[in-house]
Amino acid sequence: MDFFLKLFLSGTAKGSIYALIALGYTMVYGIVQLINFAHGEVYMIGGFTALIIGGLLFSSGMAVPLVLLLSILAAVVFSAAFGFTIEKLAYKPLRNKPRLSALISAIGISMILQNVVLLAQTEKYLSFPSYLPELEFLRPVREYLNSTQFIILVTTAAIMVILTLTIKFTRMGKAMRATAQDKHMAQLVGVDINGVISLTFIIGSALAAVGGVLICSYMGQINYYIGFVAGIKAFVAAVLGGIGSIPGAVLGSFILGWTESLGTGYLSSDYEDAYAFVILILILILKPDGILGKNQKQKV
Amino acid sequence: MERNKLFRDLRTSLIIAAWFSFLLFPLLVMKVSVTGGAALVRFRWERLPGIAVAAFALSFAWRRALEWNEARGDKPSGAGPIAALTARARSALAVKPIRLSVTLVLLAVVAVYPFALGMYHTNIMITALIYVILALGLNIVVGLGGLLNLGYAAFFAVGAYTYGLLWKYAGPAFVAAGVDPGWLFWIALPTAGVLAAVFGALLSLPVLRLRGDYLAIITLAFGEIVRMVLQNSGAVTGGATGISLIPRPWFFGLRLPPRQAATYIYYIAVALVALTVFVVRRIEDSRVGRALEAMREDEIACEAMGVDLVRNKLVTFSLGAFWAGIAGVLLAAQTTYINPDSFTLWESITVLMAVVIGGTGSIPGAIGGALLLKLLPEYFRPLAQYRMLIYGIAMILVIIFKPDGLFPRNRKKYTFEGAPSVDGQEARR
Repeated sequence: MDFFLKLFLSGTAKGSIYALIALGYTMVYGIVQLINFAHGEVYMIGGFTALIIGGLLFSSGMAVPLVLLLSILAAVVFSAAFGFTIEKLAYKPLRNKPRLSALISAIGISMILQNVVLLAQTEKYLSFPSYLPELEFLRPVREYLNSTQFIILVTTAAIMVILTLTIKFTRMGKAMRATAQDKHMAQLVGVDINGVISLTFIIGSALAAVGGVLICSYMGQINYYIGFVAGIKAFVAAVLGGIGSIPGAVLGSFILGWTESLGTGYLSSDYEDAYAFVILILILILKPDGILGKNQKQKV
Repeated sequence: MERNKLFRDLRTSLIIAAWFSFLLFPLLVMKVSVTGGAALVRFRWERLPGIAVAAFALSFAWRRALEWNEARGDKPSGAGPIAALTARARSALAVKPIRLSVTLVLLAVVAVYPFALGMYHTNIMITALIYVILALGLNIVVGLGGLLNLGYAAFFAVGAYTYGLLWKYAGPAFVAAGVDPGWLFWIALPTAGVLAAVFGALLSLPVLRLRGDYLAIITLAFGEIVRMVLQNSGAVTGGATGISLIPRPWFFGLRLPPRQAATYIYYIAVALVALTVFVVRRIEDSRVGRALEAMREDEIACEAMGVDLVRNKLVTFSLGAFWAGIAGVLLAAQTTYINPDSFTLWESITVLMAVVIGGTGSIPGAIGGALLLKLLPEYFRPLAQYRMLIYGIAMILVIIFKPDGLFPRNRKKYTFEGAPSVDGQEARR
């Protein structure tokens, strides 16, 4: 039971990180029906930016909480800028072309970003200094839930609530939902769909950046390649929950996190990355629309 | 008007240069290194002007190209110097003596290649030819069937491991019986093709209901699972260390020295490429091929016309996988050593790039794309580390500006000339 609880909690922490990345996938997919393959790379870039800016500020003698805050801010700003630029460069010119074109373009972007980081920074794993505070009140239960995991959980929950409220109740959220439903109609009633799409990429990338900083602090290391696996897993989570659905993405992420944790604990740790793929294949065979997804009829 | 446009483009490019200088600043100008838990940052200011100038120039070219692309609209790429050149080449090739002599020269070049250039270049060429086979196979799936397969390397692995495992488990028996283990190559070749095709059919079963991007992701998952299984079942497959000392193909019982062996494998590869081209060419115009193309264009319309989509997808995946299996055996024979690292997702993506850059659905495209992608980095060594970066950029440029690829397919056009006249006279052709 003890062992189970530990695995369950670490799975929960893992799941909440996947959720941060999966939200971006699901939002972009909901609006432009594109698997943004480069999303994982944006998350990696967020991690790297935080490492660089954080290192710069820390060595200049700034106080740790401020370093943490500013490095997360920098990660968010730069990742959002990357998301925005990627959409303009690689997806917008292909918006009215066959869907596979955009997917191929996304793979291209993913390769470019990985290799830019590889060539300009390093191919080695770098250890990632954590600026996250050690929470005193968690000391008694540290065996089960450490402060990093706790912070990750709380952050994800907060972001999710804010995001849901924004989409439900603000003007901007309404425009987003309208664009997701029908781009042409939305345009006709005066929604600036280019702006909405850009905004979606910006929000998604910003969330990925937060996820990047958190998971790198949790794992304690970073590498140019981390975005790929994390991106695929977050995608699996989004599909599992029903792509396009925000609560679905979060639910899917938790299920994936738990499966991975319990799988590595009870079955075999050799196949840690394979569980996600097996789940993906099963869900696509059994219920391609995902747990909370709506059944999409094929229109002629 | 035109000048105003130019001025506007210049101004926008200036803004974009500033934007990219900001965007790439942390990644390109700053360099991080971590020692003792603390991150140290070094500035490389000398790079900043370069980034700005490059961004300015590229943005300017990009905007011009986009305008050109939009002005061109949906018109087929009939104009332009390259298209004119290929059209001229085509019409020249239609003349029989010219076609014959071109074919003869090409054959002669292919035939003397290993003798004229030596073992090093021959080996590079073999690798390139293996990719040609892979690209031609994937072209059936992506180009004809329109199904994006990102797990193609799995079938490549099935082929290579068929030969590797045959050698590992049947090899000792062969040697003990006094039979040349090189025979295993010739046994493995058809076996691997069939096995890979079976795998392809198996994979296609769960994905029959899926389309487009879901299909791409599930094939990716499949590919990664195959690689992980190969990596983690060490007892059977040798795990991460793989299988080594795989014998070279049998050649009249002779143990060829490396150089001759390379030449020999080169000829086998050439023969297999020729076979692949021949078969794919036949498929293209067959009933199956036309059904595949119909499926690519519109699944619903295709089904409504009575084409069996389930069977179609099964056939597509099997046919594509078959050639990957063949290429895998060739790879095992050439390198005499295989491990799971040769079959990563990037392998699948490289083959996909060869198909896309060359021209989706086009046989010359698949060949040209594969040769380009595999030969260029070998002969431009200084650029080798930028290889994936350049491929990525090339892929995006092609998909945006020249979706037909560098060597587009010459699609068959059926034109209707003249209606049958009232008195039942036959229509003129």
